[in-house]
Amino acid sequence: MNGLRDILSQGAQMSLVLGLAPLLTGFVRKVKARLLRRRGPPLLQPYRDLVRLMRKDVVLADNASWLFRVIPYLMFAGTWVAASLVPTFGNGLLFSWTADLIAITALLGSARFFQALAGMDVGTAFGGIGSSREVMIASLAEPAMLITAFSVAMIAGSTQLPTVAEFMGSDAVGLRVSLGMAFVALTIVALAENARIPVDNPATHLELTMVHEAMVLEYSGRHLALIDLSSQLKLLLYVSLIACVFLPWGTATADASVARLALGTLVYFGKLTVLGFLLAVFETAIAKMRVFRIPEFLGAALMLALLATLLRFVSGSL
Amino acid sequence: MIAVALWSVAALLALAPAGVVLSTRPRGSIILYGGCLIATSTLCVTALSALLYSPQLAPSAILPIGLPWLGAHFRLDALSAFFLVVVNLGGVAASLFAIGYGQHEDSPGRVLPFYPAYLAAMNVVVLANDAFSFLVAWEFMSLTSWAMVVSHHRDAENVRAGYVYLLMASFGTLALLLAFGLLASNAGYDFDAIRASHPSAALTGTVVILVLLGAGSKAGLVPLHAWLPLAHPAAPSHVSGLMSGVMTKVAVYGFVRIVFDLVPEPVWWWSMVVLLVGGPTATLGVLYALMQRDIKRVLAYSTIENIGIIFTGLGLALAFKAEGLDWVAALAFTAAMMHVFNHALFKSLLFFGAGAVLGATGERDMEKLGGLIHRMPKTAFVMLVGCVAISALPPFNGFVSEWLIFQAILLSPQLPSWGLKLVIPAVGGLLALAAAFAAACFVKLFGISFLGRPRSDVAASAHETDRFSLTAMFALAAFCLIAGILPGLFIDALAPVSKDMVGNIMPHQVGLQWLTIVPIAESRSSYNGLLVFLFVALCGTAAASAIHRLASDRLRRAPAWDCGYPDANPAIQYSASSFSQPIRRVFGSVVFGAREIGEMPPPSSPLPARLQVELHDRIWDWLYAPIARAIGFATERINILQFLSIRRYLTLVFVALVVLLLVVAL
Repeated sequence: MNGLRDILSQGAQMSLVLGLAPLLTGFVRKVKARLLRRRGPPLLQPYRDLVRLMRKDVVLADNASWLFRVIPYLMFAGTWVAASLVPTFGNGLLFSWTADLIAITALLGSARFFQALAGMDVGTAFGGIGSSREVMIASLAEPAMLITAFSVAMIAGSTQLPTVAEFMGSDAVGLRVSLGMAFVALTIVALAENARIPVDNPATHLELTMVHEAMVLEYSGRHLALIDLSSQLKLLLYVSLIACVFLPWGTATADASVARLALGTLVYFGKLTVLGFLLAVFETAIAKMRVFRIPEFLGAALMLALLATLLRFVSGSL
Repeated sequence: MIAVALWSVAALLALAPAGVVLSTRPRGSIILYGGCLIATSTLCVTALSALLYSPQLAPSAILPIGLPWLGAHFRLDALSAFFLVVVNLGGVAASLFAIGYGQHEDSPGRVLPFYPAYLAAMNVVVLANDAFSFLVAWEFMSLTSWAMVVSHHRDAENVRAGYVYLLMASFGTLALLLAFGLLASNAGYDFDAIRASHPSAALTGTVVILVLLGAGSKAGLVPLHAWLPLAHPAAPSHVSGLMSGVMTKVAVYGFVRIVFDLVPEPVWWWSMVVLLVGGPTATLGVLYALMQRDIKRVLAYSTIENIGIIFTGLGLALAFKAEGLDWVAALAFTAAMMHVFNHALFKSLLFFGAGAVLGATGERDMEKLGGLIHRMPKTAFVMLVGCVAISALPPFNGFVSEWLIFQAILLSPQLPSWGLKLVIPAVGGLLALAAAFAAACFVKLFGISFLGRPRSDVAASAHETDRFSLTAMFALAAFCLIAGILPGLFIDALAPVSKDMVGNIMPHQVGLQWLTIVPIAESRSSYNGLLVFLFVALCGTAAASAIHRLASDRLRRAPAWDCGYPDANPAIQYSASSFSQPIRRVFGSVVFGAREIGEMPPPSSPLPARLQVELHDRIWDWLYAPIARAIGFATERINILQFLSIRRYLTLVFVALVVLLLVVAL
């Protein structure tokens, strides 16, 4: 009976992240539009877009290879699995020990690796520019993410997200300088990884600074839908990750009662709303950076993360 | 068991002179490589059974060859067995690959005799149990590989590569010779005697530095790496694979054998030196790789990166061993050994793939390739596996070893020494950077050579490579996946090695639920490659079938969209240099002194615009060039002595005699 329950809650987690991801994107878009005093698309618009795209034919470039057709599925599966491993409503789910924070980062790295390859498959200049810039951004964002993971892991004494979340929710953690630095670093990485302003602009198309959109330019139909869905999942993943590490309150444990799990889900919705709202406010308040300013922005994240780790090495209480 | 190993080595040695005869026969190369395949398979199976079933047995043998009062000592303990497996797995794959690939060789007589001798030499280095046999085999390994580096000697590049290689190999052997000389000063050349002796701390410290120089120069540690990216690509591709994938591991073996086994308890500052060399080697190696456009040179530089990762792992193991935390030392050491194994797999695979591309197109320059995934789909597939594995991405094997090293780094706040507390986070940061750069580098390698549209006629008319080469590459790719999803098997197999070298082992892994690997405790960290692989595969297939069934499975082909401006000219695509331009701009100005000089002709002028990129190898400019200049300067001065009159020579002899007599008298 227990096993069935475990599998059910794991399944619930997987469907929850998949179902919520477009909603979060729709919510951020809506808040941004309201902040700009526009009415904005309805909250459910991302779902409609996905369904519409999935029903359309795929128009494939003449010289696209088999890899180009496989990559959307790989990216989607990798991101979905990664997103299901971050605790959301409940902690310590059945398969939560499959991959720790480092492995989740690497799994997202795999998805990005394939996405950059997809940009180069058709052999157009736009795809190349997107991939080339994406790997430049990744070459800084990924180490920053890893080192942030190091500092968090050293504070919590574990790279397992359930243990980290449990530790962060306990009284042992206290107020630490290194945690503050790790938080800023993780936020910057999250902005870069999700192609948000100021690193990239999710709303534009055809702008020479674009990165993510340039890579997926040749995609259409169901392939494009899957890539969009993976980006939405990735945004949800990062928001959940920040919530799980830095706002760990209210998460239920896996063996808690159903009412407790429902409460955990409600609290999780609350966290998503707050963080999504903050993201929209931040994006509205700031301007897009030039491409070669991005390394400085991400370099700051890298240095902050490194400093947080170093502080942790120097003193156990900082 | 050791008898079987030695007989196989003897068979390899016997194949070497046979190679001279066989090289003139039309099917000679097939016979020779087939023979090597059999001998290395035997060695591989022998070593594997020794490692798995009787690691504590450590059989030894003494042959009456070599120095008359010493003989040649051989021993097959767990460490030797593990490295024998690595060497011969590479040897089996390279021989199988070469059965097909070697037939393209223009002058087989320049490769065939040396190839089996080279394999035999690497085996003897790993088996040797006395300093004399070790050094003779080491030097033999250098010389035979040098002969194959200059096998295409009509290319001036290759001759220069051979020259630099020979110099650096001599330097490395000299350092090792001095190290063994110091160790043997109160024990003799036999490794067992050296192990039993108690040299002073100053002496062992010097030995460790000398070994780091000697083994490090063979492995390609920065700043002793200068020869590696010249020499490895110059050899025929299956030999390149062996040099990069296997010979660098023999160098790692030399380091481990001496520093972990022969000299007594380590001191913490040794690990500091190793870490300070290893971390920068990893990052610099891959940054260099990113700037290259020659496929084989990218791979050679990436070898330097991986050697950096391995030495970082070894440095961590030394640090923990020195401070008495041997259970963490076991973790770091096992991680380094995993990476030795993994790198041998994927680097051989990638070099073979580069060889297949070279055979099909005659090109190593990525900017003349492109679109090979259509012309060589199978090679493209295995190359993709190799690229993902070497970029340390799950679920393949490269990720597992890097993950284990990261776990060891996360335990290092427990070290008491302040120097290490400051160095290890920095090294962790460098490794993280190296991992990200490696992914960028291999996106570039695969994307530019295999994807897109062909940039030249040879790329457009390429053809798939032969069956033997493909079998070798597919086998290696399969191993990359197996080691990635079932790492527990490999960690357990390494337990006796770690027990011998650092005195402790990692927790037993096989038998854990779902074959997860748990280096310390489940609440601390765990990784399950098998489940990650299955989940991704299941989710991907489920998504594909659901969408195809419920939504749409129609597909139309049309010209590329490219924002409405598609250009039929393949030169419009991103090239290898333009792909790395952003990273060059961000990191290159500091590391390489990179400069871009743009020449824009005035409006209405028909001249083309030019962009020139300048890159400097600063280590070459600041370390090697001054030494070369100093030697040149000195030789020119001394050269005068060659053209003196007989009277002056007599005066010189007289002065020398007087000086010597004075020295003796005083």
